[in-house]
Amino acid sequence: MVKPLKNLDDVTIRFAGDSGDGIQLTGMEFTKTTALMGNDLSTFPDYPAEIRAPAGTLFGVSGFQIHFGSTEIYTPGDQCDVLVAMNPAALKVNLNSLVDGGVIIANRDGFDAKNLKLANYAVSPLDDGSLSKYQLHIVDITKLTGLVLTDMNMSSKHIDRCKNFFALGMMYWMFNRPMDATIEWIKSKFAKTPDFMEANTRVLQAGWNYGETTEIFAVRYEVKPAKLDAGTYRSITGNEAIAWGLIAASVKSNLELFLGSYPITPASDILHELSRHKNFRVKTFQAEDEIAAIASSIGAAYAGALATTTTSGPGVALKQEAIGLAVMTELPLVIVNIQRGGPSTGLPTKTEQADLLQAMYGRNGESPVCVIASQTPSDCFGTVFEASRIALKFMCPVMFLSDGYLANGAEPWKFPNADDLPEIPVSFRTEAEGFFPYSRDEKTLSRPWAIPGTPGLEHRVGGLEKQNITGNVNYESANHELMVKLRQEKIDRIANDIPLAEVEGDTEGDVLVVSWGGTYGSIKTAVTNKRKEGKSVSHLHIKYLNPMQKNIGEILYRFKHILVPELNLGQLSKVLRFKYMVPTISYNKIQGLPFKSVELEKKIDEVLGMK
Amino acid sequence: MSLLQELIHQTQQTFVQPKYSAKDFQSDQDVRWCPGCGDYSILAQVQRIMPDFGVAKHNIVWVSGIGCSSRFPYYMDTYGFHGIHGRAPAIASGVKLARPDLSVWLVTGDGDGLSIGGNHFIHLLRRNIDIKVLLFNNQIYGLTKGQYSPTSEYGKVTKSTPHGSVDHPFNPTLLALGAEGSFVARTLDRDPKHMQAILKRAGEFKGCAFVEIYQNCNVFNDGAFFTFTEKETKDDNVLFLEHGKPMVFGKEKNRGIKLDGFTPRVVPLGDSVSQNDLLVHNEKDSTLAFILANFSAMEGMPRPVGIFKAVERTTYENDMELQIQKAEAKKKGDLNALLRSGQTWKIG
Repeated sequence: MVKPLKNLDDVTIRFAGDSGDGIQLTGMEFTKTTALMGNDLSTFPDYPAEIRAPAGTLFGVSGFQIHFGSTEIYTPGDQCDVLVAMNPAALKVNLNSLVDGGVIIANRDGFDAKNLKLANYAVSPLDDGSLSKYQLHIVDITKLTGLVLTDMNMSSKHIDRCKNFFALGMMYWMFNRPMDATIEWIKSKFAKTPDFMEANTRVLQAGWNYGETTEIFAVRYEVKPAKLDAGTYRSITGNEAIAWGLIAASVKSNLELFLGSYPITPASDILHELSRHKNFRVKTFQAEDEIAAIASSIGAAYAGALATTTTSGPGVALKQEAIGLAVMTELPLVIVNIQRGGPSTGLPTKTEQADLLQAMYGRNGESPVCVIASQTPSDCFGTVFEASRIALKFMCPVMFLSDGYLANGAEPWKFPNADDLPEIPVSFRTEAEGFFPYSRDEKTLSRPWAIPGTPGLEHRVGGLEKQNITGNVNYESANHELMVKLRQEKIDRIANDIPLAEVEGDTEGDVLVVSWGGTYGSIKTAVTNKRKEGKSVSHLHIKYLNPMQKNIGEILYRFKHILVPELNLGQLSKVLRFKYMVPTISYNKIQGLPFKSVELEKKIDEVLGMK
Repeated sequence: MSLLQELIHQTQQTFVQPKYSAKDFQSDQDVRWCPGCGDYSILAQVQRIMPDFGVAKHNIVWVSGIGCSSRFPYYMDTYGFHGIHGRAPAIASGVKLARPDLSVWLVTGDGDGLSIGGNHFIHLLRRNIDIKVLLFNNQIYGLTKGQYSPTSEYGKVTKSTPHGSVDHPFNPTLLALGAEGSFVARTLDRDPKHMQAILKRAGEFKGCAFVEIYQNCNVFNDGAFFTFTEKETKDDNVLFLEHGKPMVFGKEKNRGIKLDGFTPRVVPLGDSVSQNDLLVHNEKDSTLAFILANFSAMEGMPRPVGIFKAVERTTYENDMELQIQKAEAKKKGDLNALLRSGQTWKIG
């Protein structure tokens, strides 16, 4: 019997199970295949902070959500249409994100007495009718996986490990996706262990066949390719995009890239990725702590490298004194901050955007730095490239803000051709005649980059206040005020060097939703939906947080209400109120989770109704 | 050619290295240490030996942290970086890793290097990055005006320890050996010749070279090392280490060191004991270095100065460069290839 194929514009699937179940891998494979099919997509990996939380527990649930469609996709989806639950805990934790009438695929073997107890179920939800408003499909995934592999002479532990591929096979069948890419991946991954190669391929195929032959699934779904711009695409996560953006900046500035870093979630993957690309002469230095990481980068910057340090919020807190040193010595430095829930160790694997004020003001003394934030995973590439350009041109530290949500999230990216990327012009000072370490370019106020190894330019820099021009240590009051103002003015002048902000939607009206960072996608979706309803709503996304683009004030003044949704207690809101004296309406969520578009739409409606 | 390679190339083409004297290494800045400070002697000895290395001034970088000693870079007419408290090893590491072609020197004090910077200090030594580390030890905090330091003796009475310090001190040389330092030495601010010889060896050593310098703070801890530096007491209390030579000391050269199992003993030279019976110094012997460094904690033992250990091993920056060259030889970095790596697909 050929099952009917039903067309969908977009769909959201969530895979959930134990953190040892291979959920992230399953999700990534489904993502890759879906991207290859030409769908637009967005993903949201959501996993516990524990290395390996006890199996079956509520806090040990690992989830991976993918939203894909034949239209443009900006978020991983508010709610899922399909939930694959490998055990009761996975079901319990994720059920509230499943749409009414949604599909549940439950692995019956995971719902044993022990796991039910761990998830605090008195009776199995598979049997008590509590899931009646959903389309519940109970599948003996573990048992079937075992049956497929009975003749393989594998331990039950190893057999058990293959079960995620059964679930993946079912999903491939249900959403009419080819399995070739995953089979290729299995082949290369298990090239040295042919047994595992064979086992995983068989289980994947079995999952597909199960969908094809059993009667339990009445329909299959089709999600046609999206009408994206013509071109060549790839899938990329935020952290990969940062690593590549830094390499691109190194190539385009003709400087060697130096990374001083200390491992921290969710930034470590940038260190991992850059360490793989030594053939670009990238130097990665895993320092003994966060302070050594940035201090080594400052040393490298002094010596003539494109220097960067990658970290997350608590790491930035430790680096602040050294950031002040980079401000004082006026050296180019890119500080990458992948924000996570705080304060202190906070929520290591969950997202938040609460480091804005730390980035802007978190140092002693008047210590301005340029702050710039990326808005989607692939946007991290261009934004960190821009951060490098500004750092090199203005001889100053630049803080680049991303967050846990962008770091691990993936999306299709129409990547650029290397030749089309702009050059980053850099020149070292070589002329000894008339050299002063703190003389300034008239336009940018940046000082010359005079690196060791250049005859006649021997000079000293450091954290003590400098006399303007000569760079000699100087504590005179008038000089200090001058230098404080010059350092501020230099950062302010970056505004002359960046494009003006653009509003998405009308340039005046009732509500302007102002966003920054990783909330771009959900806010864009919400605003787009409201505009489709004919509402007077526009969207302003601020990429340059310090300095801000010159026309921000002008834009803000043209709207009746300014709504600022943030994953913090209102940090951008504060800055806007202070800078532009506008009454902002804050909308805050601090749950370690991104915004749902429905939440935002509700809030927009509320603001629209305000007098 | 990268921008940096271009610059180095250009410099090599045009620069004719003058014959330097000590004066060439004096910057135009006024030296502002307290009158009588031991730092003056160290600065003078450094400036005296710098020309001997045959390294162009512009290829030398002095890095420091915070403290009296850390003002040093301002007084050297080379490149210099006066950093933040304790972090000089990390800053210097960045300079050297980015630029293995430079000669990088680090100045720190017992407070800066062993308190706030203790972490960075040990990691610099274990990595063996080719940086010369001069630790000025005066067993006190000078710049912050007289608090006890990590090398101050137990019971030390200072402003912050009016009842005597209950901290036990570090022995910097022992700490450096424990951190796998490749070159570990000790010298004295009031022995210019010895200091010059030690600094020269440190400068020529390929790898991280650590030199502890006993330095007198005549304002807050005057005379801390006088037993080892003053004419009247020096000979009887200091053991000058020389590679391949038996360990003899004393005004009359009449005492020596013998090993009794692993325990060193002072023995009088005479009828029953000759120089042939004495312990012979060997810079290549790490175990011996530990025994010598521990003399400080042993009653009646002379204080060894000189090179405790000089054992070459591969440097971090060298290994880093080799890995890069290997990766480049396999496949030179190509941005387009990187962007296209893995799976891509076409639309339209």
